[in-house]
Amino acid sequence: MSATALPPAGLPASAGETKTTYLNWSYSVKDWLLTIDHKRIAVLYLISISVMFLLGGFAAMAIRVELTSPHGQLMTSEVYNKMFTMHGVLMVFFFLVPSIPATLGNFVIPLMIGAKDLAFPRLNLLSWYLYTIGGLMALGAMVMGGVDTGWTFYTPYSSVYSNTNVSLTVIGIFIAGFSSIATGINFIVTVHKMRAPGMTWFRLPLFIWAMYATSVVIILGTPVVAITLALVVVERLLHLGIFNPALGGDPILFQHMFWFYSHPAVYIMILPSMGIISEIIACFSRKRVFGYSFIAFSSLAIGVFGFLVWGHHMFVTGQSMYTSMVFSALSFIVAVPSAIKVFNWTATMYKGHVWFTAPMIYALGFIGLFTVGGLTGLYLASLAMDVHLNMTYFVVAHFHFVMVGGATLGYLGGLHFWWPKITGRMYPEGWAKLAAAISFVGFNLTFLPQFIVGYLGMPRRYHYYPAEYQIWHVLSSAGASVLAIGYGIPVIYFLWSLKYGPKAGDNPWGAVGLEWMTTSPPPMENFHEIPVVTWEAYDYDSMTESEAQADRESMPGAGAAVRQEAARDAEEGHPETGHPSP
Amino acid sequence: MSVEVAEEHGHHHDPALQHQFQDMDQQNESYVVGMWTFLVTEIMFFGALFLAYTVYRGANPAVFLEVHHHLDVAKGAINTMVLLTSSLTMAMAVYHAQMKNRQKQMMYIGVTIMFAFTFLIIKGFEWKQKFEDHHVPGPHFEYVRGEGHATIVQGPPTPVSAIRMSNGQTVNFPKDTIEPDFSNKAQLFFSLYFVMTGLHAIHVIIGIGVMGTLFFMLMFKHPNVDYYMPVELAGLYWHFVDIVWIFLFPLFYLIPGS
Amino acid sequence: MDHNAPVSPYQPGETHQTHHVTQPKVYYIVYVLLVILMSLTVAASYINMGSLNNLVAMTIATIKAVLVVLFFMQVKMGTRLTWVWAAIGFVWLIFLFGTLGDYITRNWISVTGW
Repeated sequence: MSATALPPAGLPASAGETKTTYLNWSYSVKDWLLTIDHKRIAVLYLISISVMFLLGGFAAMAIRVELTSPHGQLMTSEVYNKMFTMHGVLMVFFFLVPSIPATLGNFVIPLMIGAKDLAFPRLNLLSWYLYTIGGLMALGAMVMGGVDTGWTFYTPYSSVYSNTNVSLTVIGIFIAGFSSIATGINFIVTVHKMRAPGMTWFRLPLFIWAMYATSVVIILGTPVVAITLALVVVERLLHLGIFNPALGGDPILFQHMFWFYSHPAVYIMILPSMGIISEIIACFSRKRVFGYSFIAFSSLAIGVFGFLVWGHHMFVTGQSMYTSMVFSALSFIVAVPSAIKVFNWTATMYKGHVWFTAPMIYALGFIGLFTVGGLTGLYLASLAMDVHLNMTYFVVAHFHFVMVGGATLGYLGGLHFWWPKITGRMYPEGWAKLAAAISFVGFNLTFLPQFIVGYLGMPRRYHYYPAEYQIWHVLSSAGASVLAIGYGIPVIYFLWSLKYGPKAGDNPWGAVGLEWMTTSPPPMENFHEIPVVTWEAYDYDSMTESEAQADRESMPGAGAAVRQEAARDAEEGHPETGHPSP
Repeated sequence: MSVEVAEEHGHHHDPALQHQFQDMDQQNESYVVGMWTFLVTEIMFFGALFLAYTVYRGANPAVFLEVHHHLDVAKGAINTMVLLTSSLTMAMAVYHAQMKNRQKQMMYIGVTIMFAFTFLIIKGFEWKQKFEDHHVPGPHFEYVRGEGHATIVQGPPTPVSAIRMSNGQTVNFPKDTIEPDFSNKAQLFFSLYFVMTGLHAIHVIIGIGVMGTLFFMLMFKHPNVDYYMPVELAGLYWHFVDIVWIFLFPLFYLIPGS
Repeated sequence: MDHNAPVSPYQPGETHQTHHVTQPKVYYIVYVLLVILMSLTVAASYINMGSLNNLVAMTIATIKAVLVVLFFMQVKMGTRLTWVWAAIGFVWLIFLFGTLGDYITRNWISVTGW
């Protein structure tokens, strides 16, 4: 099929500074929109996903501004319902689920395992088109008047009574679900079949284990929500009553089927992020990840156990109490593998040489915030507490801690970590650290008050509330403004770096990994020679100091920060051998 | 599958080898595993509907038992035979693809397509009958219970079987008359029936499209069809469609009981 | 593509499904079995065995499905990876059917105060 974009054979060998990379071999629109190169598709996704994040963020700002006053100054209740629905739908289905897999996963996975591309490159391109079409449909529904059911689409309101654009939104989500499934299929087959010679399972970077577990969860869960949402549309359009109690249907069945996916979905969102954290912490502690196999198996365990806890979203809906007890117990168990990871990351840093770059700051933030989010999840998992806390802002705070403080922080850390590889440019480290700090402060200011106001009884999805809650809401909204600044700064400097950032070398961080053994940005075929892997993952121990120095300094345009650190270390005379000084 | 000959490396490659793969074995296994991964998603897709079916049949066994008699077992059984046979012919098509016999591939794929159309036609007659009986759920649904019961024609009223008076007394509607919501539950049965057989029919139509494409590619001797994998993948899909029907048939048409 | 590097990360002894061709005879035998099982299931539905009926019908359907998966879909002759993926889908359905736990236990003895 010559319509897809491969460069002609026999490209001229590079001379001097101008190398032929996946970015510059062709600038035509056709070669971008019909590309089958996983790296280009990752960039396409990065653009679409950023747009969705921005729009979801606008909805969040609208919500937070509205909530500064107790009596609905800005919008009617109907509009408010549409705002939080839009925020939820865009953020969950169009940002959190695809973000890391489709951008960083797509880009990095073949590089990390030493492959030329994913197993099914054209399926990859199709998945981007499906995502974009689904996204446009959901946005179209928003523009045409919105949806007011909440992102959870509970029946029979969504299937019978709501007068908003439910069907269009749901069909958009359905199509995006197939995008997700396509990505999952691609990753699973790639990891099984496309590893470089010598790359055994236990030499894989932990990011790959995390992405593999994520992909398995995607495959097994997404179809269930797809059919569930399809049934809602069918019920709306054709009046086939599956969930309508007036016809003998059970709305709780909808919730079972919906949460059977939507709980594992949160593991789809967090597992890739955890994989990134493993990479970042290893690199910036200059140490092999402590308990490699524990972390690897805990990713799989989270994936499996994540499918057994969905009923904890339904404790107060009328679900059988015995079932609730079982789900509660399982929900406690599912926290254990996550805790294992946190302990192992901490142990990795112990006696490592910790280097506080921007990605490392995001990773450290992740560990703290994810722990808080996870622990508050346990409060919600206990039945008696949940009766009081369910449907309050406590739940909202809990999931924002894990989703924003966890998944999004990991995504940002990963973007920073792999930015030089993706673009060939370094971002300004000083600004990056500042932005990380600002978003950390902003995040806590936004969501910590929400725990308090939720505990005090503030319901979620309400914009009218008693005056005594106002102080907490104002604090939260103030925090949201700070957080917005913290997110806005990276947008500016990332774009700036594309033209003005210093050129990055192959391995500006001195990291161990196959992706760092090719140029930044990589050539079209990833590797000029497929490497043969004979070393273990995270083999920082055997990197001598001089190797690390040479790595980091010798590449033209190695980040100024790296040179400064190296010069300072040389002055101060760090004597340890075997561990490169940060 | 595109035809890319990597002659710049000076080796002879199977023209069907894609650039991201090292050799045909890796490619073939990747395609088969990939297809099975997709079929797993289909299993979960249909599986959720089977769950809904189980829940509602478990809650309303008498309704399902009585109402299912309105389905035509003969047509269902014939359709089952049709699909089983089409699975056989598809398997034969895959065999001849592996044997690189173009004529026989075309014949077997053509026969499979014919069986698929037969299935759809018979299903069409079934659905037409249901439409005429006013058993299609929605505003025109009417369920008339048969001899031995009082015949009441009902639309979808709200289900009320008892009320509590303000003095604490409970008044039950008489149990020996028609339960007011029998019709609603019958509508539930037919909703499940149409959704599940409808989704299955959509998959049959897609299967026809895929097989039709293969048929024309064979007819016009498109170079891709020297490679047996497209036919094998289509075969896997078609067998899955058959398996879904293997479960649908007894669940809807053969509910046991007097 | 560099042909000096080892070609693929295969472990020795791994079977390759690609060269395996099932003989038509196998397909015909399986087909006959499927038809017999189908007739059995129709016949069984007319015999009243009480609650056993459902079990019989589903067992027969499962056997038919397994025959199709193993032989028509060639999983029996395929690699272990294919077999694992074929099995996972059906196993995962069991998790999904855990939902039935809610419906079965809803009417059990309730606990005071709930």
